Amino acid sequence: MGGETMTWQKVSTEVGLDAKDPFELRVNLSVDVPESAVKTALKTGDMGFLHSFTTGSTVDGPGVRVVAWTAGCQWRCLYCHNPDTWNMMNGLPVTLERAIEALRKYRHGLKLMFGGFTLSGGEPLMQDRFAVRLFTAAKSMGIHTALDTNGSLGERLSDEELELIDVVLLDIKTWDPERHRHLTGKDVGPTLDFARRLAERKRTIWLRYVLVPGLTDDENDVNQIAMFAARLGNVARVDVLPFHQMGRYKWKKLGINYALDDVSPAPPWLVERVCGQFRSVGLIAH
Amino acid sequence: MATTARQIVTEKVSQWEGFNVGLWQSGVNVRDFIQQNYEPYYGDENFLAPATERTKKIWAQLNELFLEERKKGVLDVSQVPSSITAHGPGYIDRENEVIFGLQTEAPLKRAIMPNGGFRMVLSALKTYGYEPDPHIVETFTKYRKTHNDAVFDAYTADIRRCRGSHILTGLPDAYGRGRIIGDYRRVALYGVARLIEHKEQEKLALDSLMSTDEVIRDREELSEQIRALKELQEMAASYGFDISVPARTAREAVQWLYFGYLAAVKEGNGAAMSLGRTSTFLDIYFERDLKSGALTEQQAQEIVDDFVIKLRIVRFLRTPEYDDLFAGDPTWVTESIAGMGDDGRPLVTKTSFRYLHTLYNLGPAPEPNLTVWYSPRLPDGFRSFAAKVAIDTSAIQFESDEIMRQAWGDDGAIACCVSPMLVGKQMQFFGARANLAKCLLYAINGGRDEITGRQIGPPIGAVQGEYLDFDDVIARFEKMMDWLANVYVNAMNVIHYMHDKYAYERLEMALHDYAPLRTMAFGMAGLSVVADSLSAIRYANVRVVRDETGLVTEYQTEGEFPQFGNNDNRVDQLASWLVSTFMGKLRKHPTYRNALHTQSILTITSNVVYGKNTGNTPDGRRHGEPFAPGANPMHGRDKFGIHASAASVAKIPYRDAADGISLTTTLLPEGLGRIAADRITNLRSMLDAFFGMTGYHMNVNVLNRETLMDAMDHPEKYPSLTIRVSGYAVNFVRLTREQQLDVLNRTFHGR
Repeated sequence: MGGETMTWQKVSTEVGLDAKDPFELRVNLSVDVPESAVKTALKTGDMGFLHSFTTGSTVDGPGVRVVAWTAGCQWRCLYCHNPDTWNMMNGLPVTLERAIEALRKYRHGLKLMFGGFTLSGGEPLMQDRFAVRLFTAAKSMGIHTALDTNGSLGERLSDEELELIDVVLLDIKTWDPERHRHLTGKDVGPTLDFARRLAERKRTIWLRYVLVPGLTDDENDVNQIAMFAARLGNVARVDVLPFHQMGRYKWKKLGINYALDDVSPAPPWLVERVCGQFRSVGLIAH
Repeated sequence: MATTARQIVTEKVSQWEGFNVGLWQSGVNVRDFIQQNYEPYYGDENFLAPATERTKKIWAQLNELFLEERKKGVLDVSQVPSSITAHGPGYIDRENEVIFGLQTEAPLKRAIMPNGGFRMVLSALKTYGYEPDPHIVETFTKYRKTHNDAVFDAYTADIRRCRGSHILTGLPDAYGRGRIIGDYRRVALYGVARLIEHKEQEKLALDSLMSTDEVIRDREELSEQIRALKELQEMAASYGFDISVPARTAREAVQWLYFGYLAAVKEGNGAAMSLGRTSTFLDIYFERDLKSGALTEQQAQEIVDDFVIKLRIVRFLRTPEYDDLFAGDPTWVTESIAGMGDDGRPLVTKTSFRYLHTLYNLGPAPEPNLTVWYSPRLPDGFRSFAAKVAIDTSAIQFESDEIMRQAWGDDGAIACCVSPMLVGKQMQFFGARANLAKCLLYAINGGRDEITGRQIGPPIGAVQGEYLDFDDVIARFEKMMDWLANVYVNAMNVIHYMHDKYAYERLEMALHDYAPLRTMAFGMAGLSVVADSLSAIRYANVRVVRDETGLVTEYQTEGEFPQFGNNDNRVDQLASWLVSTFMGKLRKHPTYRNALHTQSILTITSNVVYGKNTGNTPDGRRHGEPFAPGANPMHGRDKFGIHASAASVAKIPYRDAADGISLTTTLLPEGLGRIAADRITNLRSMLDAFFGMTGYHMNVNVLNRETLMDAMDHPEKYPSLTIRVSGYAVNFVRLTREQQLDVLNRTFHGR
């Protein structure tokens, strides 16, 4: 084993995933990991790159949950509150074994709290093999699983692998294709395809919709998404998440141009209006 | 328990009509009365009644007095030394009160209680601008020795040094010890005449024994107890009630019980004057009256509301030094609610709900210190309601019914914050706490104080070399803890010997069985500081920096080390080791009256003062920085959320901390869930899991940092903003600025 390898192994066993919360900025934690090791990790899922980890979360799926945030995302959403998760090399290299051990400590409590394990990001399916192996381990411990995803890489999961995920927290950013490209840099099509596939496979979806004044509050867009979601038949709940500015400082620190500097958080009446639109098609929305 | 053949023949007591028979009729046995007569309630809170106009009016009158009190510090002082009968009857609004009785002749007027210590009385009078009455001064300096004087007559040089250097702090040597709970329910159930008769029998039983020190003391104490019971009757009579007989109605039961408690708080200024476990007992009376139609739900709630109003205005005259340790003028009128019975039925009744409901009817308040004995087996309706109350008011605390019931039984109550005891059958000798973080620094410095440089501990020699070696430090720390445990037990024995002699709690002990189980409750501060420091020494490199006298005053820690509060066994194990090791060392020394050694991991608000008096520590904490409260992880070091943080604390072995392990949590409202219904379910789930994994105690605050910051700048907007600190609740605006900042610096869970 070369000296280079030793360095990152030392890091991965001795440093905690100690972001105080997901809003803490984290960069370059994996710069020492050689490219070949990254490639192997992505192929096998032996290792993942995590932004942070927390327990006691009540806003990432049902009940009280353990959440791991992965690093790496192919989208560049204008309202992203964790732009330090875009680059996979900002994350901390964590072996699969160690991630499973961390999760194992909470298995009893998670059941008592009607919670489970949520893999969020970044985009967790950038590290689909790691995700699948973690979910497999979680299920073998009897832990409920959730995947928080933009859905665009859904085809990386086989039908059998979808069975490992109890709830998919699916972000639909916006409906209009042009606006979607402007907002995220990518097409909305694959996300909608994944949603349809989940519906066919009867996998539960919790829809997440980030509400940004002036950007995603278009009435018609929301209606389209609501009708689409209602037709799917597997959307158990819609979370309307009011945009906030807690991620702004990260954009500044990372030196990226932040387009939403002047946008104010979504006011309660607007949240209520959008929730109402989802409810009007028979969905449960908060 | 003394019973006679005559008593075993079931008497016809008219006040007991409608109650199920049982052994409770032939001896003093409140638990049996409860078990034979209560009905668990499995429903939700929808039956509860709002505050009546009368209640609102009385409460509004008091609120005006509270404002004035807050401005002046104390509203008024009576220099008549307090006793059960020293003050005539007092009223808030005689025509409109439902439950009667005040400590002095006017609400919020504080009496002096010199038996605990006259120095404290003088200092308090001076603070609030009162000239001491010369007759009182003469009496308590010339004719009557106090507990405080006596303790210092018998203190050793070692004890004085430890007190002066703040390695032992908050010892009850200048004020009443408290943490004794009279079984006030006995007054209602049996009437005082019968209790006197019972005590006379207990005393008579001692006549056949040789008059040794112990027996003489017991006989004298029983005589004092009987005298106190007679004074209790006399005090009640001054309000127009004959409590020599049992209570007949629910209102009388509450009144009788309250008179018992009132006599205790007229007689003693204990650090904590807790109420016990009364709601389910009283529910039997409420149910009887509700069934017969003598009472409506609204009237039942009104009685409870008025009772709670009385409990909210208990006051003691204290000094600023006392407030530093225990801020916000607490009295710890702790009431234990719910829990499970040994037979598997929950001890939850409608009156358990009614007590909690006072936090809505009267608004949130720190007192009484409502404490839910939590078990995941409690009915859903109650668990949800308790979670809702915690979210809405941040005024209640939760303690593990499962642990305490298994350890002590199903009729226990909390004294003060986290100290469990069987009501009327167990008492404790309260002993504040030892500063173990300072003890670790003494170990490193060979017994020299890290701030003054003075030799306080045994001169075992300081550590040598530039870096701390784990094994070397542990060996020295063990020796230093040996010494500290010895001095600590010594001090406690002196204090409680003298307290029994000069400030005996006659009335509270009259409401105990003869020869109750006595615990001696030691305490520890600085758990997480020590655990993290040892972890730093073990897993990182800690370089010492010495001053010109060779005293280690600084630590430079290089590298990462695991920190308590992250569910990491490498350091959690060190925390548990500390608790068990110090407990083992305390147990080596004999205690006064053969009390059972126990220990609490609790600081109340004194974590701030401990921090001030403790130099830099190897974990990176700076001199003056507050400790974490109780068994909490250090602020901001628990990085993986509440589940991980609570899991670390839940590992501390109760067996070696049988006086309680305190965890104070602060959650952001949105951290409990996006919608109100989710928040209740999620908090309930968290409590289920915590108490399901050997968690002992959890203070739950559900607050925004912004609210607290606004309250610091605009206290007038938040007169009833209540927060849980460490085992009790306070009005946030009554904390010192330093303490307020300490609260703000805590970990707020949730994002």
